[in-house]
Amino acid sequence: MKINILIGGEAGQGLKTTFSILGKALFRMEFNLFSTKDYMSRIRGGHNFIKLRVGDEKITGPADEIDILVALNKETVKIHEENVKNRGVIISEEKAESSVENIVIPAGEIAKDVNPRALNTVFVGAVLKALGVNTDNCQSVIREYFNDSQIIEDNLQLLEKGYQKGKEVLSLPENTFNNEQLFLDGNQALALGALSGGLKYYSAYPMSPSTSIMNFVAQKQKDLKVVVEQAEDEIAAINMALGASYGGIRSMTGTSGGGLALMNEGIGLAGITETPLVIVDVQRPGPATGLPTRTSQADLLFAINSSQGEFPLMVTAPRNHEVAFYDTFRALNLADKYQIPVLILSDQFLADSSTNIDEFDLSNLSIDSYFVDKEDFNGDQEYKRYNITDTGISPRAYPGQLEQTFTVDSDEHDEYGHIIEDGDTRNNMVEKRASKEEKLKSNDIKEPLYTGQPAEEIDYLLIGYGSTYGPIKEAVSLLQEDKLSVGYLSFTDIWPLPVKKLLKFNNAKIEFVCIENNYRGQFANLISQETGIQIEHNILKYNGRPFSGIEIYNRIKKEVIQ
Amino acid sequence: MENQNLFSMTENTAWCPGCGNFPLRNALIDALNELELKPWEVVMFTGIGQAAKMPHYLNINGFNGLHGRSLPPALGMKIANKDLSVIVESGDGCTYGEGGNHILHNIRRNPDIVHLVHDNQIYGLTKGQASPTTGDDITTEVQPYGINAEPFNPVKFALGMEASFVARGFVGEMEHLTELIKKAFNHRGYALIDILQPCVSFNKINTYQWYQEKAYKLEDIYDETNLETAQRKAEEWENKIPLGVIYRKEKEIFMDNFDFLGEKPLVEQKREPQDIKTTLKEFK
Repeated sequence: MKINILIGGEAGQGLKTTFSILGKALFRMEFNLFSTKDYMSRIRGGHNFIKLRVGDEKITGPADEIDILVALNKETVKIHEENVKNRGVIISEEKAESSVENIVIPAGEIAKDVNPRALNTVFVGAVLKALGVNTDNCQSVIREYFNDSQIIEDNLQLLEKGYQKGKEVLSLPENTFNNEQLFLDGNQALALGALSGGLKYYSAYPMSPSTSIMNFVAQKQKDLKVVVEQAEDEIAAINMALGASYGGIRSMTGTSGGGLALMNEGIGLAGITETPLVIVDVQRPGPATGLPTRTSQADLLFAINSSQGEFPLMVTAPRNHEVAFYDTFRALNLADKYQIPVLILSDQFLADSSTNIDEFDLSNLSIDSYFVDKEDFNGDQEYKRYNITDTGISPRAYPGQLEQTFTVDSDEHDEYGHIIEDGDTRNNMVEKRASKEEKLKSNDIKEPLYTGQPAEEIDYLLIGYGSTYGPIKEAVSLLQEDKLSVGYLSFTDIWPLPVKKLLKFNNAKIEFVCIENNYRGQFANLISQETGIQIEHNILKYNGRPFSGIEIYNRIKKEVIQ
Repeated sequence: MENQNLFSMTENTAWCPGCGNFPLRNALIDALNELELKPWEVVMFTGIGQAAKMPHYLNINGFNGLHGRSLPPALGMKIANKDLSVIVESGDGCTYGEGGNHILHNIRRNPDIVHLVHDNQIYGLTKGQASPTTGDDITTEVQPYGINAEPFNPVKFALGMEASFVARGFVGEMEHLTELIKKAFNHRGYALIDILQPCVSFNKINTYQWYQEKAYKLEDIYDETNLETAQRKAEEWENKIPLGVIYRKEKEIFMDNFDFLGEKPLVEQKREPQDIKTTLKEFK
């Protein structure tokens, strides 16, 4: 069973704190959770909301229907009332103008004499009561969340008052997971992957929805000995990171589409100088400023075609929080292994959604070093930064490592890194760099993940890349409940595009359905470009909101199966 | 001369005969030798332009990056390895034009970097367009009726930001320039030297003779720690041009903000995947 809670109000009404406390409390009670944030690009006013799904089995995406609507203002009732289920309930301060059952909690009145700023905690108490759970875990979360003892006292008091005023309407099952788990959002998972992967330098310019990566890493500077610098612009951000990587430390930068546009020349610089770098693009709808706080998958073709000229580039799009962690870790290793830029394509949906996942298994991870062995260059052995080797991968040293000098250059260069203009050397260098992409493709690019009925039985193959995984997976289950034979390929590595698994499904019996958060069906086009396969059906969404599982299910029933 | 060979590398350059880049390179080599640095302990960051080709013509480590972007990677390098001497070198167009935003913010950061700007008041590699420092009495192919903006005064700008070391050199005063470069290396913090040099191919106005007639060395009694007199010196240009350390002030440097960078170079500090274990507790 799954219960859907929506908390809505204006920007500045403390939604984030309310969610942090309630979410963490339910997590500590060992319920499965999945939350999404829907917020406007403003600091005050407007309409923001957080959706929180609670259940007894793993949850991978948002829902449309609402069981408990917590309305911090009247507008929330007006906007979301129609989605409240038959047996759902609205919790509000004043009597809601609605036919739905209404629990009125005069939170302002209650908080007035205790601490008006902690008003929302009254609602947290009322929600816990509505869910039929106690406040024990929530009390300890409040004690950890705030520093000031008076504020803690006030919140505990208001929590209890809200709980007393509330009414039990639902009951949640007990203990749904009992292993060690973490509760985090996509940007946190990604940042943790980078930190675990030995990140020592992060530079960026603030840009929604990527900024919380920088915020998080910045908080860890002293503990983990990582430097964070807020650059003057995205051009500086990527060039600083490249300088740090040239200096021998693992470096990363993060941005959204507009910043990626500014960073593009720097990505080419990483390509031609063969300087490892991880670049994160947390996508939002463009072009230009677009919808700053919303989700999109429309940077795909731009990302894989980053920068002028031709050079090896890897693009990977994590499908969920676990993969965001492990593949960011892996991106740092692969960037070093092949001396290439690796671009991670996330999006606002993944970045801002929180869920519970198994604790990371750090024991099997290793930070691989690909620097030359100093001992090899102690004698007369001459060091050539761009030595042409069988693999295309040249020996990499960092300045000062050897008692020899070397130069890297954005101009085409010889094996020493010095400027050249002759055609033969140019050919050799282009081919040397290109051969790294071939190696990457055959040795390290991951084929998509397949779920669904056995491949030979299916009639429909759903295809998606990155964060749509959760909602599509939910849609697959719903379609299977309808006795439809469906399979699903979830791509994470998207450039170079792995095609082996996909080609196995290329027969007349199977209809392909590509599901993407963009208008043009960019991933379907990429597949056609790389394989010649024509995708029959596109399920596209480009209004800046994430898919829900039920929405994909309904659209496939309507637009594909008919 | 034995030392000279430590940093010298090639006579084969893309520079025009008589270019101011040659004496500038010689002054830099002399300074590096006299400072007794090892070639592999020095890293130079450049942008694009004729001046920016310097690392190809010297025996030091080099990062010949993008046009206008010589400063940002130099900062990254200094974070990775505090023990290396970092030089940023490029022309007036690359530094003050395309890279204007970076110089502004790196004066604020004050990293321990030596910044040598080849200021020949013209674009050389693209063949003679106006640069930010081009005088208003010049016409070019792109600016046939003159230049539509006032010339940029880098010394005045840097002083306006109270940069921690602001100097002006001239390639016609080699020994003086060598001493200036050495002072910049010995200064703890960001050290900018705007170096006047003629472009023999494209700037027919600001010639060796033009500079020689106006340039004069600041006297020993000049107080380089006085901002007010420095600002007055920065205004001098039309009739006489001061050479030397115009302003100097010890300030906190970028690296001082990070205790852990004071230990050993970050590049040599070991990290393990398990280091995040404590951090993970926040998510439980």
